Amino acid sequence: MAESTDERIRTTIESNKILIFMKGTPSFPMCGFSAATIEVFNELRVPYQTVDVLKDPEVRDGIKRFSNWPTIPQVYIDGKFVGGCDIIREMHANGELGPLVKDSPQA
Amino acid sequence: MGPIEIQRRIEEHITGASAEVRDYTGTGDHFEVRVVAAAFEGKPLVERHKMIYAALGAAVDGRNIHALALKTLTPAQAGKDA
Repeated sequence: MAESTDERIRTTIESNKILIFMKGTPSFPMCGFSAATIEVFNELRVPYQTVDVLKDPEVRDGIKRFSNWPTIPQVYIDGKFVGGCDIIREMHANGELGPLVKDSPQA
Repeated sequence: MGPIEIQRRIEEHITGASAEVRDYTGTGDHFEVRVVAAAFEGKPLVERHKMIYAALGAAVDGRNIHALALKTLTPAQAGKDA
């Protein structure tokens, strides 16, 4: 194996401003929590990238270790772990998420 | 792990916490948890949720507990949220 799962995860996180590890895809989410998370970012009208962990068992397990977070979805913004579905929804509701996704180096 | 066990583990693990657990599908693997604890004071949401995950340990692996919706509040926040 040329590259460890951790390295692969790190590279993907670092090369995307907003990265969502989810089950399924934005058009076909395979879990209600993943769907709800995508909905928030669609509402904010910001571009994001997703990784379908169901397609990649190494990442599915690896990301839980990497983030020290036991559940999917997981959202990274500007290389930083922001949270899962509940946190994203709460930050969206209280207005904390908007500035994070907009005022950023790569925006 | 059922609602009572989840509540017990959270309240045991986080000092002064009070947890409400609801099995929202009735299938014993999807839970909604609301925790009020002074220990959350000054902690970001990520840290609060990690405290709960730590309390539940390996049960939160998608097999025992498939879904866990978390709401974490300080006593002051709970006053407003009521």
